[in-house]
Amino acid sequence: MTPASARIILICSGKGGVGKTTLTANLGIALAKLGERTVVLDADFGLRNLDLLLGLENRIVYTAQEVLAGSCRLEQALVKHKQEPNLSLMPAGNPRMLEWLTPDDMKTVSNLVAERADYVLIDCPAGVEQGFKNAAAACREAIVITTPEMSAVRDADRVIGLLNTQGIQPVQLVLNRVRPKMVANQEMLAVDDVTDILALPLLGLVVEDEQVIVSTNRGEPLTLNGTGSPAARAYMNVARRLRGEGVPLIDPSKERRGLRARLMAKLRKSGNF
Amino acid sequence: MTLIDFIQRLLGREKPSGALARERLQLVLAHDRSDLNPELLEQMRREILEVVQKYVEIDLDSGDVSLETGDRVTALVANLPIRRARPLATPRPAGDAVAAAPESAPPATDDAGTPDGLNAETAAAVEPDAIEPRQT
Repeated sequence: MTPASARIILICSGKGGVGKTTLTANLGIALAKLGERTVVLDADFGLRNLDLLLGLENRIVYTAQEVLAGSCRLEQALVKHKQEPNLSLMPAGNPRMLEWLTPDDMKTVSNLVAERADYVLIDCPAGVEQGFKNAAAACREAIVITTPEMSAVRDADRVIGLLNTQGIQPVQLVLNRVRPKMVANQEMLAVDDVTDILALPLLGLVVEDEQVIVSTNRGEPLTLNGTGSPAARAYMNVARRLRGEGVPLIDPSKERRGLRARLMAKLRKSGNF
Repeated sequence: MTLIDFIQRLLGREKPSGALARERLQLVLAHDRSDLNPELLEQMRREILEVVQKYVEIDLDSGDVSLETGDRVTALVANLPIRRARPLATPRPAGDAVAAAPESAPPATDDAGTPDGLNAETAAAVEPDAIEPRQT
């Protein structure tokens, strides 16, 4: 079967729009930059977007379905990233053939790509239905991503329960789109609240960052061009921690309570905000 | 008390919405994880009260049976203020009654007007994973 070294990691959230695909793209690039042979597998093929975030939308010819059907070779379905050749994208399927894949198919595909990779990241579709079951069948560990919003945390909890029943281990948490100012004002769930409720080890914290949208527009994940923005740094740190590097976690809500928060308060008072 | 009542009681006045979100989440997750709907919980609550009332007189208005959650473990928590112990009409299983009121219930004849004096609190832990529907 597969070499024991390849890590097959599911990236899931339950709720849609919390940042699964963005995390997959950025983490994929970050790991590739750190020298890891990485394959990102888009299991959300009904509504696929990972190709768009990576700027590879025009280069997809084949998908995992053609590989399984024997109508193309594995290499043909793996789209290599131009700037980061350590990273390849594989769409799991064709949006027009939604019912085609089974959990066993996904398992076969992920094991195939795992033979030539150090990391396989599976971008899971939203929901807990068949798409999730397919994707979960193929992975060995998982990253659950959520935002500090009630609906996202609730859905994440449901997904964690399902991952537990399937014996997927370890499951780690990335908390996305944290707004330090709102947390400081106690108008948003704090980092501790979410980690306490979900009882998962925290792999990363990403603050709300407009640059994420800009990077999507360009088809260039933030981690591709250095670590200029807070989100880029956060994604890079997720990659490092995933590899076992001891990068300390800093709670942005606590960090920002210092000079910056005071400055912002002053600005707001003087009406310049 | 219904779920809505419970939420509203938790609401209080002018609480920051972050704290409110945390409380509401913990409550809804307790239910999600246990797979108990409010109707079933209410039925269980009634039956628990019936059993307890066989042994002690409890304050029904301030009594509370609810689900609480923490660290992915859900617990059924009953907080039942005891007014007084029931008169010994039937030969009661003494051990059980004592277990329900660890602070040892006062004699039935006097001390009638001290509600909230005693709380029988029981907690039963439920492993959420054990009830999660199995995948095929």
